[in-house]
Amino acid sequence: MEQFIEWIKQPWPWWIAGPMIGLIVPTLLIVGGKAFGISSSLRHVCAMCVPSNIPFFTYDWKKELWNIAFVIGVAIGGFIGHNLLANPEMIEVAESTQRDLAALGITDYRSIMPHEIFNWENLFTAKGLLFFVIGGFLVGFGTRYAGGCTSGHAIMGISSLQWPSVVATIFFMAGGFLMTHVFLGPLMKLVGF
Amino acid sequence: MGTAVKKGEKPNVGATPNKEQKGESPLELLMYLIIGVGFGIIFIKAEIVSWFRIQEMFRLQSFFMYGVIGSAVVVGALSIQIIKWFNIKTIKGDKIIITDKEFRKGQIIGGFIFGLGWALTGACPGPLFAQIGSGFTVILVTLISAVAGTWVYGRFSHKLPN
Repeated sequence: MEQFIEWIKQPWPWWIAGPMIGLIVPTLLIVGGKAFGISSSLRHVCAMCVPSNIPFFTYDWKKELWNIAFVIGVAIGGFIGHNLLANPEMIEVAESTQRDLAALGITDYRSIMPHEIFNWENLFTAKGLLFFVIGGFLVGFGTRYAGGCTSGHAIMGISSLQWPSVVATIFFMAGGFLMTHVFLGPLMKLVGF
Repeated sequence: MGTAVKKGEKPNVGATPNKEQKGESPLELLMYLIIGVGFGIIFIKAEIVSWFRIQEMFRLQSFFMYGVIGSAVVVGALSIQIIKWFNIKTIKGDKIIITDKEFRKGQIIGGFIFGLGWALTGACPGPLFAQIGSGFTVILVTLISAVAGTWVYGRFSHKLPN
């Protein structure tokens, strides 16, 4: 048992995590005929809280509560994974990435997220504006405009052989490459890293 | 498309996946919550929700995320084929229908915009929830901003190329 606990506390390799994520697709289909998708939950929150008579948000969100229950579960899972099954070691990151990030001023590997960026002190600073406010806005606006995110398009969409999802995934990656290789460095300098 | 699409409104791609005529009972909601818990644990344990992993991916310096997404797609695709071959029903006995996604310009423009945000936040919407749960409560601000982004899209969707 102790060995099992030790093992479970290690970070899981991709060939365990990937197939397990893949199994979410049939699980949701068999449990209730649901298509796997997470960004829809953001839309349901809008429909619940601020529909403002916008046709896009005036629908019966009560029928979509399963999606909200699912993402609350994801947050609880995040809590359990972090507090009960936490990896005691520092996160292992490719050396080449560490070098690149050090050049940007990121050197803290104690946690899954760099504390230099993700802390409350940064909230009302240019750093917070860039990473939390602008970053979050781009994620919410972009996923809804694209009609899905990594789960809905890259995993559910491609799994069910939808070519528009392949297009969406290619452009997710294109946006990410452009941000990482072109904009991230100058933007981080601009906000004071 | 989903029941949420009103008469006269253009159905939105992949927006309302629920095809049920009525919502779920509290017990069923609890079931989805538990599935979500499992998913959140996988997210944290495989460190997929890590900003560092997303940086490794976009810098092509680690195979990890490509392995995760690639193997998830293979398992997902095989599962869907098995469901189709054996005509597997939901546990309630309903037929499993997978709606085809319609191509729109939004998948290009919106997809690109999301990609920019993905590299900044190190998170797609799923991991945002897991990051908050894992104690990075400041990500609540990112989440609220993502909801705001979704709202702004909904408000101006009829004016955007689609």
